[in-house]
Amino acid sequence: MKPLLDVRGLVTEFPGPSGKGLRAVDDISFQLSRGEVLGLVGESGSGKSVTGFSLMGLIDKPGKVTAGQILFDGEDLVAASPERRRGLRGRRIAMVFQDPMMTLNPVLRIGTQITESLHAHERISRRAARARAREALAMVGIPSPDERLDAYPHEFSGGMRQRVAIAIAMLHQPDLIIADEPTTALDVTIQAQIISEFQKLTEEQGTAVIWITHDLAIVSSLADRIAVMYGGRIIETGGIASVLETPRHPYTHGLIRSVPSENSRGSRLAQIPGVTPSLARMPDGCAFRTRCKRATEECHARPEQFGTELSYHRCFHPYEEVYA
Amino acid sequence: MLTALIRRAIQAIFVILAMTVIVFIGINVIGNPVDILINPDLNQAERARVVEHLGLDLPLWQQYLHFLQGLLHGDFGDSFVYNRPALGVIMERFPATLELALSAMFIAIVVGLPLGLYAGLYPERLSSRLIMSGSILGFSLPTFWVGLMFILLFAVQLGWLPSNGRGETVGFLGAGWSFLTRDGLAHLFLPALNLALFKTSLVLRLTRAGVQEVLPQDFIKFARAKGLQEHRVVLVHLMKNLMIPVVTILGLEFGSLIAFSVVTESIFGWPGMGKLIIDSINLLDRPVIVAYLMMMVVLFVMLNFIIDIAYTLLDPRVRLDGGN
Ligand SMILES: Nc1ncnc2c1ncn2[C@@H]1O[C@H](COP(=O)(O)OP(=O)(O)O)[C@@H](O)[C@H]1O
Ligand code: SF4
Ligand SMILES: [Mg+2]
Repeated sequence: MKPLLDVRGLVTEFPGPSGKGLRAVDDISFQLSRGEVLGLVGESGSGKSVTGFSLMGLIDKPGKVTAGQILFDGEDLVAASPERRRGLRGRRIAMVFQDPMMTLNPVLRIGTQITESLHAHERISRRAARARAREALAMVGIPSPDERLDAYPHEFSGGMRQRVAIAIAMLHQPDLIIADEPTTALDVTIQAQIISEFQKLTEEQGTAVIWITHDLAIVSSLADRIAVMYGGRIIETGGIASVLETPRHPYTHGLIRSVPSENSRGSRLAQIPGVTPSLARMPDGCAFRTRCKRATEECHARPEQFGTELSYHRCFHPYEEVYA
Repeated sequence: MLTALIRRAIQAIFVILAMTVIVFIGINVIGNPVDILINPDLNQAERARVVEHLGLDLPLWQQYLHFLQGLLHGDFGDSFVYNRPALGVIMERFPATLELALSAMFIAIVVGLPLGLYAGLYPERLSSRLIMSGSILGFSLPTFWVGLMFILLFAVQLGWLPSNGRGETVGFLGAGWSFLTRDGLAHLFLPALNLALFKTSLVLRLTRAGVQEVLPQDFIKFARAKGLQEHRVVLVHLMKNLMIPVVTILGLEFGSLIAFSVVTESIFGWPGMGKLIIDSINLLDRPVIVAYLMMMVVLFVMLNFIIDIAYTLLDPRVRLDGGN
């Protein structure tokens, strides 16, 4: 079956200080089927959000997608008209942002912010829109939704605001939701609630999800597949179990070893030495080679994707498939 | 809300009272009106009679109490020059100044707001840079010089527009207004434009700064992520946030438009309060000066009051009573 989303060789650049384009997303390819959950993982600055915004068509100017295709249900979004993309945004592809304190407009009522997204995509009376908004709030577990429609964002807690944002994202029962670290800014207890509710809703509606996070624990609990980003590239992707159990790429390997787990309790966590270089200083060849224990001369060349479309890594000297 | 309003009102009364003291004392230091108003050829007895008639022989504090008492009845004493109640003399001129200030404000908003919006939305365009350079001119060219240039160009050289007086006026609400007749409008145009120049630049720059502050915020991106039409993003999400500082500052600036229309009124022979007050200062017509200053104080206090209310209406996060 044709995948819902098929991203091929996507490149997104921002103009750098010297006029040369800086590739925040550098030739990434991945696929996503209907109803599937992909965990997009990587350190801060690895290009996860830019990937999400590229899919939405919301890259901040003057940045732009300079190569590749985003095939959504067979249609290339990179080539689509702005109006076509607007028509898809919020209706078939929705997004939830990282910081719920900043995503809602402070001077508009919650009800308005919900109903306007209905009016943007369908002909619907104000009354019906309001009723739908009320349902949407109830669906994400907001008490007395009728009164809350007239409230302003500042009257809501962070967790409540994120619920509102999720309600808005789910309004049109989209095919795909991009969740960009939606719980990072929240308390741990609220995180867990929101994750489980989000999971329940998207499962019920068969929504495909790209869950962006730097937290491997979250991904392991809710994703079907995982893609690991480093320096704007997907350096490894595959089924969640196989990647977490037998990572091939040294970066994935290091990432997993730096997560506290049952059997590592008490012992020191392994840290990946060094820090991620900035985009302008990204080494040529393998972007990870300045921090990699296994690096050789060969790594000055750029590793291609070794494996299949759904499961590959980009490393010349990967760990063995069965990892001791 | 109500208690907050009452508290504000009481504060306002204290401000006004404090100003009466300052104005009264200040005005008595400027000069001795006796020297100016009374014919030097008069003999001592005649002189004393006039001084007594004007109440200038009483001790200062008694003069102040008299003054305060009169003030409560709207009585600032008779103008030394016109021999009529000072307040009446001013109120006759008030509509002319109000009309000029309102017209200037209207021009400033109608021109400044769209241009500022444009320059903020498309900062990289050449036209935006031209607009911004133009606004620097508007800021830095002295009002009187521009006024004279207007007269030279449009009145003297081209002969398109008149440059003196109010032209034909029509009575409305008990006062004469120029903007209701063709001739009056022609007379109003140049002085209003002259007075508007600085404010237009101000509105323009405020608007542009606002756009550039609001546009990068997450909630604008989220509005787009919902698939809203661009005009809704700009006219509702952007503008509603933008209007908060713009309205606040414009409200305050309106007071200064009235207070500082002096230059423009003098150049264009516009028979408003500004021209009157200059004449009164030259002649040390104390009651008129005092009445004028007090009127300005009341005007500014009232404007502040209105702005406070407008502010709470525009920004749901702000409450007059400071929170809760
Ligand atoms: N609007 C922008 N302008 C310039 N560079 C940007 C912009 N947005 C992101 N970048 C750069 O792109 C890279 C990836 O950023 P991002 O996708 O936000 O990382 P993360 O994985 O933490 O979400 C970073 O180096 C960042 O500096
Ligand atoms: S390609 Fe070379 S440098 Fe890059 S991860 Fe593999 S071994 Fe390390
Ligand atoms: Mg991010």
